Amino acid sequence: MSARSARSAPGRRVGDRAATDLVGYLLRLGDDALIAAQRLAEWSSRAPEMEEDIALTNIALDQLGAARALLTYAGELEGAGRDEDDLAYLRTDREFANCLLVELPNGDFAVTMAKLLFLAAYQHPLYGWLAGSADDRLAGIAAKARKESAYHLEHAALWTVRLGDGTDESHRRMRAAVDEVWPYTHELFATDDLLERLDKAGVAVNPAAVRDGWLDTVEKVLDEATLTRPVDGWTPGGGRRGLHTEHLSYLLAEMQVVHRAHPGATW
Amino acid sequence: MSEQWPLWEVFVRPRRGLAHGHVGSLHAPDPRMALQHARDVYTRRQEGVSIWVVPAAEITASSPDEKDAYFDPAADKVYRHPTFYEVPEGVDHL
Repeated sequence: MSARSARSAPGRRVGDRAATDLVGYLLRLGDDALIAAQRLAEWSSRAPEMEEDIALTNIALDQLGAARALLTYAGELEGAGRDEDDLAYLRTDREFANCLLVELPNGDFAVTMAKLLFLAAYQHPLYGWLAGSADDRLAGIAAKARKESAYHLEHAALWTVRLGDGTDESHRRMRAAVDEVWPYTHELFATDDLLERLDKAGVAVNPAAVRDGWLDTVEKVLDEATLTRPVDGWTPGGGRRGLHTEHLSYLLAEMQVVHRAHPGATW
Repeated sequence: MSEQWPLWEVFVRPRRGLAHGHVGSLHAPDPRMALQHARDVYTRRQEGVSIWVVPAAEITASSPDEKDAYFDPAADKVYRHPTFYEVPEGVDHL
């Protein structure tokens, strides 16, 4: 066994605390990406312009690619014989660990861009940190996803500025979108025991440490978009513990229906 | 949206050392977005390492009506082709 793989070897033992922690963390990351992908894919064939349709679908596919790699790894590490499809299609809403932000409905185009801006401004530095994770496989997945999220961030930032600093109507809508989505961003940086253990082990970063950078990025964009940062108040959460909004159930029903109706079907 | 986004012509350089070639056009509201869209539409399958976008309205093109005046006069000027030289042996690419 090489020195590199030996580093992450302790995490590979099934039943081991570290492995259980990592599975939980991979599900959080993977579910964020999977649910974001499903929501973005709802724009397919419905975006305001054909070029934007391709862009949103492209971003959805990036998220889906990251979700597949993360969930596959979670399934292997868990050791219960579940693959990416089992995890995506056969869990109920209470078993999903995504943040509430990604499951919120798309709303109008401004809401979709506000959600994407906040998510990408979080995923980009997070994946950047994880690219240096003590767990080699997670580091590899993150290194690839980091490049993709840089593009997502730029795309959402361009649109936020264009709409915020656009017409009266686009400004009104963009401001309403930012106000509506803002409370859900707090959950991204909430910490708990699992995150602290993984942080100590050098496997993951405590997301609270990413918030300053996130605020920096987001405030610059909002400023350029002539929008003001909403006041912090209500902080909905619970997604990491499987407590979701009703929107996730409807999303899962649509995402899982074919797989549940035809288990094991292939084409 | 009351009016359509402006049209952009897209040029992609397939790899280092080659020139940018015209690959098509697209609609976008501004230059940065045009670049992003060009990346999505024309380089999805690793077709390029560099992209140019140019507002289609900025391109001055020769007219089909001028085709005869522009291009026919070159037809009988064979001496413009460098084919009247003895190529030394061993020179493969001249």
